[in-house]
Amino acid sequence: MNFQEILKYFVYAGLIFTVLAGIAAYLTLMERKVLAWIQQRMGPKYVGFKGILQPLADGIKLIIKEDLLPSWSDRAVYWIAPVAVLVPALLMWVAIPITEGIVLDDSDLGLFYITAISVLTVMGLVMAGWGSANKWAVMGGLRAAGQLVSYEIPFIMSILAIAMLAQSLNLTEIVNQQKTFAFILKQPLAFVIFFIAGLAELGRIPFDIHHAESEVVGGPFVEYSGAHWAVFYLAEYMNTFTVAVLTTILFLGGWVWPEMPFEGRLHDFLSILLFMFKTVSVIYLIFWIRGTYPRLRIDQLMAFGWKLLVPLSFLNVVITSVVLFYGFSHFVLSAISIFLTAVLFYMISNRSKKYDSGETVNVVSASQLRDSQR
Amino acid sequence: MQVSQSKINDDAIDLMINMGPQHPSTHGVFRLVIWVDGEKIQKVEPHIGYLHRGSEKICESESYNQIITLFDRLDYVGNLNNELAFSLAVEKLMDLEIPERAQYIRVILCELNRIASHMLFYGVYGLDAGATTPMLYGFRERERIQELFESVTGARLMHNYIRIGGIKEDVESDFKDKVHKLINDLKKSVDECDDLLSNNEMFLVRTKNIGIITADEAIDLGLSGPSLRASGVLEDIRVTDPYSIYDRFDFGIPVGSKGDCWDRYFVRVQEMRESIKIIEQALVDLPEGEIITPIKGMVRPPKGEVFVRTESPRGDLGVFVVSDGSDKPYRVKVRPPSFVNLQALELMLRDTYLADAVLVLGSIDIIMGEVDR
Amino acid sequence: MADPKNPDSEKIVDPTAAGKSDLKSEVKKPVRKEREVPTVPVNLDEKSEQLSSFLESNCPENISALIGAEADIVTITVDKNNLIDACNYLKNDNKLQFNYLSLVTVVDYEAISETFELNYHLVSLKFRQKIAIKCNLSVNDLSIPSISKIWTTANWFERESHDLFGVIFEGHPNLAPLLLYEEFEGFPGRKSFPFHDYQEW
Repeated sequence: MNFQEILKYFVYAGLIFTVLAGIAAYLTLMERKVLAWIQQRMGPKYVGFKGILQPLADGIKLIIKEDLLPSWSDRAVYWIAPVAVLVPALLMWVAIPITEGIVLDDSDLGLFYITAISVLTVMGLVMAGWGSANKWAVMGGLRAAGQLVSYEIPFIMSILAIAMLAQSLNLTEIVNQQKTFAFILKQPLAFVIFFIAGLAELGRIPFDIHHAESEVVGGPFVEYSGAHWAVFYLAEYMNTFTVAVLTTILFLGGWVWPEMPFEGRLHDFLSILLFMFKTVSVIYLIFWIRGTYPRLRIDQLMAFGWKLLVPLSFLNVVITSVVLFYGFSHFVLSAISIFLTAVLFYMISNRSKKYDSGETVNVVSASQLRDSQR
Repeated sequence: MQVSQSKINDDAIDLMINMGPQHPSTHGVFRLVIWVDGEKIQKVEPHIGYLHRGSEKICESESYNQIITLFDRLDYVGNLNNELAFSLAVEKLMDLEIPERAQYIRVILCELNRIASHMLFYGVYGLDAGATTPMLYGFRERERIQELFESVTGARLMHNYIRIGGIKEDVESDFKDKVHKLINDLKKSVDECDDLLSNNEMFLVRTKNIGIITADEAIDLGLSGPSLRASGVLEDIRVTDPYSIYDRFDFGIPVGSKGDCWDRYFVRVQEMRESIKIIEQALVDLPEGEIITPIKGMVRPPKGEVFVRTESPRGDLGVFVVSDGSDKPYRVKVRPPSFVNLQALELMLRDTYLADAVLVLGSIDIIMGEVDR
Repeated sequence: MADPKNPDSEKIVDPTAAGKSDLKSEVKKPVRKEREVPTVPVNLDEKSEQLSSFLESNCPENISALIGAEADIVTITVDKNNLIDACNYLKNDNKLQFNYLSLVTVVDYEAISETFELNYHLVSLKFRQKIAIKCNLSVNDLSIPSISKIWTTANWFERESHDLFGVIFEGHPNLAPLLLYEEFEGFPGRKSFPFHDYQEW
């Protein structure tokens, strides 16, 4: 390894960090704008043209803010925790392609690498909870551990089904296999499981249990302020972007156009545009869910994960392998998967139907009550 | 060696957590000490008094008309209802006849205030459950009502509008149109809010069968208002012990059956609809005429004592006034509904998780200004 | 002010002024004392009349209650030794069923009659009736049996009364301070509490 190569890696690392930080910053603006739209308000609008510079202002504010250190905290753990959350978020991008050829390392083990790295986030959150020496933080950290570890299983299992279908762990290869049919059509069940588990991994509403403001007051982040807090949120939005990108690559066909008349640069440009469009749509969906749903309780979350998602994702893997082994048409897989997805939604709605009885509240008319009094 | 089950439980280390006084979802400066085993609540101990201003004692050194401003600051979300309760008590002492127009305007404003209060509850409850949008919806509607209050009373929160014997000043000529427009908007938006949250699967899962309190327990604990009705007790002071002119209106009383968080929530949502009905009827009948019975000089009620119960947005708001014939009351005592309802928290939180504590506390809808006085 | 040029002016003016004011006070004082304070007329509705007459005829003798009325509410005055009996009777009698305790309050009559008056306002949710139990406590012995075992509502009201007035409720499960902090001295609800002398800083 000569000097030039080392320099190259440094440049790449810097590039990844800068671009991702920029994207994460503007995701916060997008989230605020989307939520504002859902909630019938304006959102940020004063900084720059229609609030376009708001993330910059937020960033400057957070960096120049005083960084507080709780006196009882475990200093080393407390300071390392944000880094431990941020680094895995960045490392994942080594293997993620934006379009054909634009990737740092087009490894054959790309998918494997990503799933391995994504688990590391948990450690950072538990460290943050422990290091803060705050009861709410500890509770949030442990909640995060339980939640993230248990949703890792359906997450990986749904990825596994896709890998089997594509017969590859290389992300570029997976995308190229979706030229005719995106995998969401062949594996809708895996898509639903992947998306739900992905939301849980991100800790976004309705699964924002580990940093629920109204319950554990921000969970692991309760004692953090200023730049360190900003790092956590940077990592969270990077992860949001990563999950959206992975959804696009694995299920939505990534950057491939079914018919593409152009060649060369224009082709690449249009591919990236398509890729970004799909990604932003997924991110929009995530934000939309955030504007709509309340959050679950930790035991309900666990029950949902272990009793519903884990068995279904295993079933999905088994069915996929059977179909592939006997060489059935992929339409069979598609049909079975759609059926199971319907079952999943039926079970979810059935579960809430158990509670859904608006008749528990009756309206008695006042005149009736007056009559009964006489 | 034999180890008994109880022995194991004794050894388990419970974590003591202070929820409040600086916690985002305790609705003010309320402190709840919780002992948890993992996420399960073992024991709770409420501590109040962080907002104790001695309002009742201050009342003894203020003249009757000045006290109304103090009552504004008890339940700072249902101000007009509080003002009404105190004026009713003094009017009963003095045996005053209130002009019809004042009566109707009082009822219209109080019911609007009830809707505003429930809208606040709706928004904040959504936030407790983790949904951010209901809060914006609820506050938007509350804002509309407060705009009307501002145009009528001159203040958005501390109105000081209801006077002993009537109201401070007559409403503007376009009052009827304004209220008509407002309740037409409110009708739509109550439905909208209902659609957004009430039957949301996750909201149902979170609030159904949580914090159950039975009818007998509710009566024994002295719960009142929506919290009592959610347990299936048909009791609304506007009907069962009518005050002001509430006996003239026909409206519905929502009654729950289970006494869980969702019932307490939905009783309030339905109550907003019923309040709109009352306002509609009152607007039709709103007569012209005097707005206040003039009192010569200082308000000096005769010697005696009186206890008036009213239905505030939070429940049975009672005012006990002892007069010694001077221009200042000898003793004023408020029966704060939130104060009494809060006592039930310990019972409601049996067999629940830490996350439920927030929802149960939210469902009682306490206002600390009233609890601590 | 006296005229500086005429030192005698003060002497001349003063006696007359004093004389005038003396004269005025002599005339006015009796008028103020004689100002009659009317009392609130008792105005019971039909239901309360029935309740009043029912209690007068049916109230057990061992309670030795005094039935009266204030404004629009029937009152029943009992001795503190009979309070528990009276409460149990009012709650459990089939024709009364006062199952809902609305308010417990203390009124300080220390300066007037050396007593503290306790008011318990009860409501019967079944028969829609109201009643107030009154109980006079001598200033020298401020203990009274707690009724929090009969109506749980009373728990915090009694704690509050203990806080602010120093009434001791015997048999109360936990009389720890509720509204005030632990180290607070004195009873701020009482009329005798030096309210305006209180220095915060």
